This record gives sequence, structure tokens and C-alpha cells, in this order.
Amino acid sequence: MATARVATVPAKQVGAQSPGRPAPVARTRPRWRQAVTGWAFAAPFSVLFLVFMAVPVVASLVMSLTDLRATDLRHPFGVNFVGLDNYAKLFSDGLFRRAAVNTLIFVAIGVPLTIVTGLAAASALNSGLVRLRALFRVGFYLPVVTSIVAIAVIWRFLLDPGAGLVDNLLALVGIDGPNWLFDTSLALPSLIVMATWRNFGFLMVIFLAGLQSIPIHLYEAAKLDGAGRWQQFRHVTLPMLRPTLLFGGVVTGIGYLQLFEEPFVMTQGGPLSSTLSVSYHIYNQFGFGNYGYAAAASYVLFVAIVGLSLLQFRLLGSRD
Amino acid sequence: MSTVDAPVRGRDRAARAVLYAVLALGLLVVIGPFLWMLLSSFKPEAEIRQVPPTWWPEAPTLGNYRELFSRLDFPRYFLNSTLVAALVTLGNLVFCSAVGYALAKLRFPGRRGLFVVVLGMLMVPAMVTFVPQFVLVSNLGLTNTYAGLVLPFLAGPFGVFLMRQYLLSVPDDLIEAARVDGAGEFRIFWQVVLPLCGPALATLGILTFLASWNNFLWPLVVATTEDKYTLPVALALYSVGQNRTDFGLLLAGAVVVVLPVLVVFLVLQRQFLRGIATTGLK
Repeated sequence: MATARVATVPAKQVGAQSPGRPAPVARTRPRWRQAVTGWAFAAPFSVLFLVFMAVPVVASLVMSLTDLRATDLRHPFGVNFVGLDNYAKLFSDGLFRRAAVNTLIFVAIGVPLTIVTGLAAASALNSGLVRLRALFRVGFYLPVVTSIVAIAVIWRFLLDPGAGLVDNLLALVGIDGPNWLFDTSLALPSLIVMATWRNFGFLMVIFLAGLQSIPIHLYEAAKLDGAGRWQQFRHVTLPMLRPTLLFGGVVTGIGYLQLFEEPFVMTQGGPLSSTLSVSYHIYNQFGFGNYGYAAAASYVLFVAIVGLSLLQFRLLGSRD
Repeated sequence: MSTVDAPVRGRDRAARAVLYAVLALGLLVVIGPFLWMLLSSFKPEAEIRQVPPTWWPEAPTLGNYRELFSRLDFPRYFLNSTLVAALVTLGNLVFCSAVGYALAKLRFPGRRGLFVVVLGMLMVPAMVTFVPQFVLVSNLGLTNTYAGLVLPFLAGPFGVFLMRQYLLSVPDDLIEAARVDGAGEFRIFWQVVLPLCGPALATLGILTFLASWNNFLWPLVVATTEDKYTLPVALALYSVGQNRTDFGLLLAGAVVVVLPVLVVFLVLQRQFLRGIATTGLK
């Protein structure tokens, strides 16, 4: 203890303190000491972060401008700078365009569907009519914490045309169920429904917190003005929940843009590339050894995600 | 709560009944697939394929699990997943709390810049970094090693954000008082600051362990031989490989992947849901 005192607080400064309150020691310590202390705590993280995160982000951008292939790893001098060739190739690549369209459909339908389901669940649980709220909340949240791979396996079984629960339930009411995952027009919608099923619980929790922070007096005022339940929802709940809804939409959208595990396990991108996603395409190109090309595709995905995030800030800022 | 209208009691009761029915149906749709997975994993393959399906296993068997644990190497995958998740979690708790403390409570040049870069990293999808990460890890000779599986995840941006935000709420006076008492900087962090971070560390620990346990893309790429597979990788590769139609086996595998997480979640659900509601991140 005694040595530590000498090390951190020079005697002169201790003497200068007023007796009542401890003086702001941090400001009186020499600047270089503070810098050393700060970086000593920050260094272990920063080194790992720099090597495994920050540098790869930049390296990926550089790679996307080269013709780097898996075989070049041992002969790095064979790599050529090709400018924007990879990006030009991407947009003329029919498979990438297909993957981009599939991913956009997945996001454009999946996000609203998940928001509406999550909001419905949150409103129902917040209505005060329901006891056992904790039970429903935990139940609806279960799929969110489970591995997507495991869920994809379960759903492949559920949607199986022979043994699957879905088609067998349909058969009970006399409907001849389709072969969901092997039909080019049904495979992607099946994945969208599954994603909604898995993720709405997350939005429900976020929305519940949002709903509970809406001041009660707003509802009381609306009721005095003769607003019914739907009008209260439309004119009090929705406007007050707007930032939360936007946040939930963007977080969900960012996740959905990165669709990968579901088609990998359930359809392998098929049938006829109808469930091929951008991430899956990147993974395949990586597997073929086309590193530069894969990096370019990953940057296109990155730009889409940044765009979505900026849109959120824009929309949040533009109103009022 | 107060959104309930008082007047018409009968209408209220009807509304409540409808709401309960809808919620119960919803719960069945969400929980049902898990129950069906569990029940089916105890059925022999022939019964799984039976049309119409049986609900309760008519000839319950542990055959699927026996095959998982003897013919296939699931104990190994389980161990791999546990080891990797434990190391990643430990690393994040240590590194993120230290840098979070520095960002929240210490003044040093580059502090703002570091925080901005880390925040920006939250937006970067895994697909962007994984090719260069793979090149790096293979140049280090770490493909198909535990180090290769763990290293890229030791320092996650989310943990830094979480710890910094939490530490901002720790009063400066406590730290200053310890400093006046002559405690060294490391001692302050270890004995004064960390003990106050219990809830934040718990949230970070749970979320990191879970993310690592469920992580798929990176171990899929880095683990090249079966002895390094994690559970999701093994399950995914079996389900697209020669076992793709062996539903009994795959469902038992899914149970092994899902069950530990569900148990942990059910035990800790309160901390869990609170953490998610306050941080807004999965």
C-alpha cells in the first residue's frame, strides 16, 4: 500500500489538497502518466481488435480491388491490382443478381412481417388483460436464443412432404400439402415465415420496453377525447413508439441482409438458386478460391447495411 | 394496464378470452416445433417416417442418441463448443471490461478515436472480415486449431460498448477516493471497479457465450477436420451430407445443440430479457 501511494500520488500534491473533499487527483497527475495508464488498460483489447477486426475490414476492401485467389496465398506477388473489375463482374454475374434479389425480397417481406408480429405480441402482453405475461414472454423468446442451424434442421423436418408436421396437419383438413422447400416459388417464402417465427420474440421484448415507457396520461387524455382502443393505438402508441419501431426494423433488417445458415442447411440455395442469398454466394465464391471477388461482394453487402443504418438516423431526424 | 377501458364488463371478458386464445395458439406454434423435435428424437426412424405421424413415441428408443455418441463423435463436438465458448467468453470479460474502464473513466490521447472505431465495427457484417481473417489465420498456421477458432472473437466491439456504457454510471468519487487512499491503478480496477460491474459482466458473459455457442460461419471455415468441429458445424454438415435424410439422428443432434442453451436461458431468463431490453442487442 505504502509504495502504491508514492507511485500514484506525489506528496506535494497531497499536501495541496483541501482537507474536506478529495481533490480531482486525475487532473493533477501528469498527463503522460494518465496516457500510459489509459493505454495500459486499452492495449490488450486494442491489439486484438486491430489485428483481427480493423485490419481485416481494410484488407477486405483492398482485396476487392485485386484478383487474389486461394492459390495466391503462397505466392503473394502473383496478385494483380484490377481496380473495380470485381465490382463490374459482380453486377453482370447473373447468380449474384439473383442472390441480391432473393436477399432483398427476404428483407422487404421478412422485416415488416416480423415487426407486425412482434408488435402484436407486445401489445397483447401489454394490454393488461393478460396474466401469465412472464410465461408468454419467455416462450416467445425461446427461438431467438437457439442455434439457427438447429432450427433449420427442425424446420426441414417440419416442412418435409412425407413425415413433416405441416403437410400432415394440412392433410387433416383435406389439403394436399406442397413440397415446400423443393418448390421454386415456395422455398423462399418458407424461409421468410421461419425467420419471422424465430425473430419476432426479440422485437417483442424491445417493443414491450418501449410500450411501457409511454406515459399513461397520454392514453387518459385520448380517452377523454373519446378515442377508442384502435384510435389510441393509432394516434398515441404508434407515434410514441416510432423510434423503437425504427430501431427494431433496422436491427432486424441488418440481420436479414446477412441470411446464410437457413438456406445452407435447408435448401443449399436451391431449388434453382431460388433461395441463394448474397452471403451464401460470398461463401461459395470463397469456397471456389475467388477471394478478391468474394471480398467485393461482401463490400456490396456492407454498403447495403450502412445504408440501412443511415436511413434510420435520417428518418429519426427528419420528423418534428 | 391503464389502457383497459372500465365500462363494458362483458365485452371485456370476451376480449380477454379471444386474447388468451390467440396467445395460447401463438405459444403452441412457437414451442410446438421444439416439443416435436424432442419427442421425435426418441422415435426409431421407421416411426418418424410414418404417415400419419404419431405424437407420443410408440416405441421409445435411445437409439438416435446412442448413435450420436458412439458412431458419430458428438461428445467431442460438445467439448469443442464448450471450450471455444468458454475461452471466448473469458477473453471478452477481461479485455472488454479493461478497455471499457479506460474509455469511461481514464483520460488518454486517442480515447475518442478508439471508441468511434469500435462503434463503427458494430455495423460490419461477419462476411466482410472473414476472408482476410481466414488469410491471416492460415498464414499464422492456425487453421484447424483451437487458437484459430477463438482468436478472432476474443475482442468483440459489443462488449466494449456494453461495459463502457455501464461504467459511465459508476461514480467518479469512488475511484478518486481509492486513488487518494493510495491504491494503484490496477488495484483500483480489480478491487473497486470490477466488483461494481456484476450485472454488466453477467449480461456480457451470457450473451457472449450464447453467440459463440451458436456461431456457425467461422468454425465452418476454420475447422477442417472432424476433431475440431463445433456442434452447429457438425449438425449442419451431417444434415447436408450423407445423413441428410436420417431425421432421427439429426433431431437428436439438434436436441444436443439446443437443450443446454434452453436450460441456461430458462434459469437466467430475467437477467437475460432485462439485458436485451436495455442494450437493444441480441
